[in-house]
Amino acid sequence: MKKTPSGKVAKTVDRRKFLTGVAVAGAAAVTTDAKSAILPTGEHPAPRVPSAVRPSTQFAQAQISTPTVTDHGAHAGHPGLTQGKPGSDYMLDCIKALDIDYIITNPASSCRGLHDSIVTYGDNKKPELLTVMHEETGTAMAHGYFKVTGKPAISLCHGTVGLQHAAMAIYNAWCDRVPVIMMIGNSLDANQRRPGVPTTHSVQDPAAMVRDIIKWDDQPTSLVHFGESMMRAYRIAMTPPYEPVLLVLDEDLQEHGVESFPRIPKMSIPAPPAGNPNAVRDAARLLVNADNPVIVADRACRTQAGVDSLVQLCELLNATLVDQGGRMNFPNQHPLYARGTAPVTQADVVLGLELTDFFGTVNEFIDSAEAQQESRLKQGAKLISITAVDLYMKSNFQDIQRYQPVDISIAADTEATLPSLIEAVKMEMTPARRAVVDKRGQAAKAAYAQSKERMRADAAGQAWNASPVASSRLVAELWSLIKTEDWALVGRSLGNWPQRMWDFKQHHQFIGGSGGAGVGYNLPAAVGAALGHKQMGRLPINIQPDGDCMYAPGALWTLAHHQIPLLTIMNNNRAYHQEVMHLQRMAAWRNRRMDRWHIATKIDNPNVSYAKLADSMGVAGIGPIDNPADLSAALKRGIDIVKRGEPVVIDVVMQPR
Amino acid sequence: MKLAIFAPVMISAALFAGAAAVSAPAPQGDAVKGKASFLKYGCYTCHGYEGQGAAATGKKLAPNPLAYPAFSGFVRSTSRDMPPFTEQILPEQDLMDIHAYLRSIPPAPNPATIPLLQGAGG
Repeated sequence: MKKTPSGKVAKTVDRRKFLTGVAVAGAAAVTTDAKSAILPTGEHPAPRVPSAVRPSTQFAQAQISTPTVTDHGAHAGHPGLTQGKPGSDYMLDCIKALDIDYIITNPASSCRGLHDSIVTYGDNKKPELLTVMHEETGTAMAHGYFKVTGKPAISLCHGTVGLQHAAMAIYNAWCDRVPVIMMIGNSLDANQRRPGVPTTHSVQDPAAMVRDIIKWDDQPTSLVHFGESMMRAYRIAMTPPYEPVLLVLDEDLQEHGVESFPRIPKMSIPAPPAGNPNAVRDAARLLVNADNPVIVADRACRTQAGVDSLVQLCELLNATLVDQGGRMNFPNQHPLYARGTAPVTQADVVLGLELTDFFGTVNEFIDSAEAQQESRLKQGAKLISITAVDLYMKSNFQDIQRYQPVDISIAADTEATLPSLIEAVKMEMTPARRAVVDKRGQAAKAAYAQSKERMRADAAGQAWNASPVASSRLVAELWSLIKTEDWALVGRSLGNWPQRMWDFKQHHQFIGGSGGAGVGYNLPAAVGAALGHKQMGRLPINIQPDGDCMYAPGALWTLAHHQIPLLTIMNNNRAYHQEVMHLQRMAAWRNRRMDRWHIATKIDNPNVSYAKLADSMGVAGIGPIDNPADLSAALKRGIDIVKRGEPVVIDVVMQPR
Repeated sequence: MKLAIFAPVMISAALFAGAAAVSAPAPQGDAVKGKASFLKYGCYTCHGYEGQGAAATGKKLAPNPLAYPAFSGFVRSTSRDMPPFTEQILPEQDLMDIHAYLRSIPPAPNPATIPLLQGAGG
């Protein structure tokens, strides 16, 4: 048997060509007479061979030579069976070498080779194939799963149409700096493609559709090439700034057999880039000598070690930590914890850590008819930025936000830089500055005690006993039932009430938002996050926006099918309230009637029954609950169901915001 | 050009609910009609069905709304995130009814009497 340099077995009988040839020959046999009957005398029908094929020497030889028998498997040499070891088995071996837990897919013919390898050759274990009803769901699941486990999952999609379905979720992962590994099928060789729909779904350069929102892509043409690109994809995705990557799996490469597999390349993840020592020392000097340094964190902490480092830095300086909530960055009941923009207005030094929007942090934009902008900063305030995003950005999509000049810019990963920044702060600290820092700490503790009282008054004063249910009431009822559990909030927050009332200490207890604000993220990302928590036996809680749920409610079926425990509480406010506000602004600015804003913004008439929706997909449904007095019993029932290892949806009719 | 940079404008907290001295007489208004108008004009979408407010979207309006002249003045002339509602699109009587509805909202319970809140906050 002849082997090509890529390891592919030279084909002696091509299964597809064989079948195609039979089909064509058969068709010709049937139709020649009929065609002849209508042809004018003297004309001859064209030969019935595939119209675009001019056989190569190799192809022609394959058609006439005796099939060569391979030595792999009982079927070796059997006509109609794959000769040799399927390429997709090698692909799976590479994936296994990366310790990938899950491949999430909506089944696709262009991925059938790998699909079969996962469930037969790999026995559907590590990676396990999970079923979703939309590629956007699968990609968002991988997004949420990573943020809990720190491990990438693979979203396996059909080429072209599947990738287009996934595109919005890829954009969210891109904006949220999450390394989802995208894989899609494609058929490169026009002479090998199945005609019709499979050809419609084939594409010259599939990654072009999403190249602006992924960090790297490749379309390997040999197994050696695949092995190297798989390892490279993983390395690139997992080097801060984390981002999605895409590998295109050629159908022929998946399906054809080879005599032996190439070696699996070794892979090591590069150490994350830490800040330049001189720049770090300059930053430390500014922070130590500031009268009121404020640290603002968005996607700052990748692990619990990052949280611990950030606490250490803030305590060394007694600096207020403003949490923008991109990740669980800081214990929310710590006296130095804050949210909102007020601390920035009082700062003389602002340190921004992995900020999505430094400009928006230090400037206010008022969405009025004049589009007003104003700086939040005190005159002379100094700005320091540490972000890995400075190391990699693209031009098309504007998630890079406005340009913000800063005094010290450190292009590096925050978590990798914090230890050296802590040491530099210690080195710069003098007894005189220590006294200033200590005094600042006392003020922070007093302010923290007041903030607790303010939280209680705000909660009681915001429609505590009203129907529909107030956000503060729901969050307080939940807290009373979960505070002794090993809980985690896997969906978006609810008006920051969990951050005001609950006690977040561990990095896994909060995963931030979607990144790109693409609606339809929350439910599937919560499912992916819950999958990560399942391994740890935790109680995952998802406060689910109703509009977001309806983008791809099939994620509920995935919960039931794969037995993923998750407490979902539907924040059922029956409208796209964000858009309502925009409509009201437009009408008011134009001085037009104010009673039409509900058109195309409300989700009512009929109201959606989320309990019935859940029930229909095998998830226990409770509700609707619109009386706050009924909440506690419903929540207790739901938590019991989740503790049994099952998902549940509790439909709660809520105040608008 | 749409963009405009200007100096910070301080919005007095006294413009919103809880304003201390309400010396002006309450205007005529129908609380029942006011509730309907509160819904019709979409006030509730930012301020909540009870005018309770929400941190990110709308100030607290009730209980104890500010006096009608200040309330009306803000509604008619604001240039902040909330757009101005002129008399042409929100008639004066409707605004007075809305104010009556906000005045009818009962006081909030004392947080010290709510056990759930004693356990909140870590």
